[in-house]
Amino acid sequence: MTTGILLQILQTLLAILLAPLLMGWVNQCRAWLQGRSAPPIGQPYRTIKKLFHKDAVLAHDASQLFRFAPYLIFACMVLAAGIVPTIANDLPFSPAADVIALVGIFALARVFQALAAMDIGTSFGTLGARREMLVSFLAEPALLMVFFTASLISHSTELPVIVQTLAHKQFVIYPSLAFAAVAFWMVSTAENARIPIDNPTTHLELTMIHEAMILEYSARHLALIEWAVALKLFTYSALGIALFVPWGIAPAGDLSALPLAVLALLVKMMLGGAGLSLLEAISAKLRLFRAPEFLGTAFLLAVLGMLTHFLLEI
Amino acid sequence: MTLSYHLQVVNLLAALLLLISFAMLSQRRIVGLITLFAWQGAALATSTAIVAWSTGQHHLYWSAALTLALKVIAMPWFFFRLVRKLDVEREVETMINIPTTMLIGIALVIFSFNLALPISQMSGTVTRSTLGIAMACVLLAFLMMITRRKAITQVLGFLSMENGLFFAATSASYGMPLVVEMGVALDVLVGVFVLGIFFFQIRETFDSLDLKHMEKLKER
Amino acid sequence: MEIYWVLGIPLFGGLFLALSGNRSNAPEINALFSFLTLVAAAVLTVRIVAEGPMMAGDSWFFIDSFNVFLVALTAFVAFTTSLFSRPYMRIEKEHGRLNDKRLRLYHSSYQIFIGAMLLALTTNNMGILWVSMEAATLATVLLVSLYRTPASLEAAWKYFILCGVGIAQALFGTILLYFAAEKVLGAGGNALLWTHLNAVKDQLEPTVLQLAFVFLLVGYGTKVGLAPLHNWLPDAHAEGPTPVSAVLSGLLLNVALYAVMRSKVLVDGALGNNMAGGLMMGFGLLSVVVAAFLIKRQTDVKRMFAYSSIEHMGLVTFAFGMGGPVASFAGLLHMTMHSLTKSAIFFAVGHATQSAGTQLMDGIRGLIRTNPTIGWGLMLGTLAILGMPPFGVFASEFLIITTAMHEHPWATPFLLTALGVAFASIFGKVQPMVFGETELPRLPHQPALTPVFMHLGLVLMLGLFIPPYLADWYRQAAALLGG
Repeated sequence: MTTGILLQILQTLLAILLAPLLMGWVNQCRAWLQGRSAPPIGQPYRTIKKLFHKDAVLAHDASQLFRFAPYLIFACMVLAAGIVPTIANDLPFSPAADVIALVGIFALARVFQALAAMDIGTSFGTLGARREMLVSFLAEPALLMVFFTASLISHSTELPVIVQTLAHKQFVIYPSLAFAAVAFWMVSTAENARIPIDNPTTHLELTMIHEAMILEYSARHLALIEWAVALKLFTYSALGIALFVPWGIAPAGDLSALPLAVLALLVKMMLGGAGLSLLEAISAKLRLFRAPEFLGTAFLLAVLGMLTHFLLEI
Repeated sequence: MTLSYHLQVVNLLAALLLLISFAMLSQRRIVGLITLFAWQGAALATSTAIVAWSTGQHHLYWSAALTLALKVIAMPWFFFRLVRKLDVEREVETMINIPTTMLIGIALVIFSFNLALPISQMSGTVTRSTLGIAMACVLLAFLMMITRRKAITQVLGFLSMENGLFFAATSASYGMPLVVEMGVALDVLVGVFVLGIFFFQIRETFDSLDLKHMEKLKER
Repeated sequence: MEIYWVLGIPLFGGLFLALSGNRSNAPEINALFSFLTLVAAAVLTVRIVAEGPMMAGDSWFFIDSFNVFLVALTAFVAFTTSLFSRPYMRIEKEHGRLNDKRLRLYHSSYQIFIGAMLLALTTNNMGILWVSMEAATLATVLLVSLYRTPASLEAAWKYFILCGVGIAQALFGTILLYFAAEKVLGAGGNALLWTHLNAVKDQLEPTVLQLAFVFLLVGYGTKVGLAPLHNWLPDAHAEGPTPVSAVLSGLLLNVALYAVMRSKVLVDGALGNNMAGGLMMGFGLLSVVVAAFLIKRQTDVKRMFAYSSIEHMGLVTFAFGMGGPVASFAGLLHMTMHSLTKSAIFFAVGHATQSAGTQLMDGIRGLIRTNPTIGWGLMLGTLAILGMPPFGVFASEFLIITTAMHEHPWATPFLLTALGVAFASIFGKVQPMVFGETELPRLPHQPALTPVFMHLGLVLMLGLFIPPYLADWYRQAAALLGG
């Protein structure tokens, strides 16, 4: 039990600490691919540190909600990172929420972000919040369908059971997961405000979504939000790994497999980050009106995965 | 699930085939469409070869080689050349918008899975469950044909339909007798050449490959 | 041995005409090859009539009374059409609508088309049947667009795409058939041989065959021109050169229906009920009715007769769907009559449109004055196709309708109404074309009207008197169809 708790703490800390590193890695890869000289890999840490040292400036109209939101968002992401099996399976936190509740935790963070954005009453905040709501309204059903496909295979919506089925039993190719994986990639680009739905580096009014919502934040609040963004990307990557390439995650209570698990995690994250930046480099951002189509396609693919499961895997 | 690995790979390729069919349905650019068609052919050839290897049906190697030669190399090359030579506009026009097409596509998939289920249970082949996917590919290609305006996309739809049919033959009964497959391949080849001639005729006459010029013959 | 001649001559002819350059005597060579094919077919027919069904080429070919009759018919109409096309195409060339290059394409495609149809008729393999049907389609696509007018290109495109889709359905049906057969006969080439399938037809899986037949009927039915899959047919007939319309209407539709019938025999055996027949009756009746009402609205003469072909093919399909010795006999007879009469009509119409310079019926007037023989040919042909006694069409239609009254009385009012509507509209439109006032000069060329009167003479003869050996032969064929 105590090992479990220790492992849980270790995993959560690891996620919190590694998240900016993943962000830095993705930025670096993208810079390489675009032929720019890359920022150092630790740049996100420096940014966060710098922001923590600044004095916060708040708008006059800002309510308690506006101050309170960054902490809540950060907490949500930490909780999510604790639940997803990253290095070890079946940790004490895991039964707290299955995949459906996990979607709920992400949704909670998003609702507070949107509320905070609308709180100050600037037009950009409202615009960003509305766009964010449109995107997430389309992305969430698709994400749920992806999870359903995965849970059909293991007959459970609990992440540890899914990982257990896929990683620690006899190896079987599930064609339905191929569909689900493509759908998952599409949804996570939308959820993490990446190309082709949003562009994390732009501050162009007409196209930005996520950046529009956090324009009014500064100093420690902004630092927390940036960190939460990095954590979200990390958690999504961990989720993708757990669902589609779970090999290497340590089985429940097996400490000896832990070093290997950490190594596997690092390698997979590096590859995943490189893949993400590659896809971002070769695709262009979609117009906002195309976003429903993009996410609709993701949903359809997830449904197709489910159908394929019924046809091929029963 | 106690299938051996190569059959799992065949299943995976079947899923891939379906995925490509959907991608073709949602593709807006002609060049992209041709590339996807080539990939579909490649998936088909690979799966046929794997089935041939795992079941010892040697004539299927021929079928796989034929698919590879015609549908992955010759025809995409021909179509790329044609697109360049005829200077076809790059955007594909659709009759129904793409999300709606995709929804209809899903309905077709459900329909064909249901239709194939009783038959595939009767089949003695190990790859039987892919029959539903083959049928879905055929219907999706058909959908692509009726929702696209350009002559070249209609033909790509037609050829992709042929892919689906070949896949059905492989998965339901380890392919057709070799003579028949040769004959079908020959027909397809001749058909594509006839079409090539035909494209030039159409363009000479209408200055475009858009089929909206060709809607005069109707019952009034 | 004759079988190889029957198939080899047209295929060789096609290659020869394609490779030997733009010859001015190509029409004659074309006619010569067609004549040789006819001779070979006649020898084959005599042998089958004398010796009964036979297999050839390691059971790759199978000829019985049913298909030998179609082989003879195909070879005959192909020959007379080549006679007709000789002056017709010359005139087209003089009018500047065609050049030597296109004529070369025309002649070689014509021979290959005939060869493909003969292969479809004689092969024993359901897969090869499919392949040769597709080959026949491909050979005619470029013939339909021979004039390179926008309308003809559109028609050819429609023809290619619709028949392509249709034929793809038929391939799926064939795959399902093989799928069912393979379990009984084992894998390999034998599992698609019709004779083998026919021997074990009651062991084939009924569910699969049922589905297979639906696909085969839809697929080949598209080529037969059954409503609602008939859209390509009027366009292709109206926009292609007239000899092509004549062979499409008179032959290709028959061959497609032949493919459906071969499948039906198997499915009937496997299912033990009349599901296939019911479907055919439904499609047939629908085609008859739809075509009859569309005839009324036509302004283009070739289009009108194309719809009439749909109507008659619908009638034949309906007859075969009813099954039984009398209906099958009537169906076969009607098939023959329709081929002969319809191609004769297209010959006459071809000359009529050539002399009037238009295909619109309003523009064709007073044929009886400008060219009495064409006028009479068209009039008699029209009367024959409308089922006036004493022509043979009357006999076959009479048989079909009386059988329908007897066995499926519900269908009779539809049939009679449709035939009545078709009669009124076609006769009403042809009458002024033949007898109306005109200022047009006489046709400068001597038209080739021998084929017209040859066909009409045969139809008349068969209407008055069917020779006993011919009747026997039809009866045998009808029995093969499960009569």
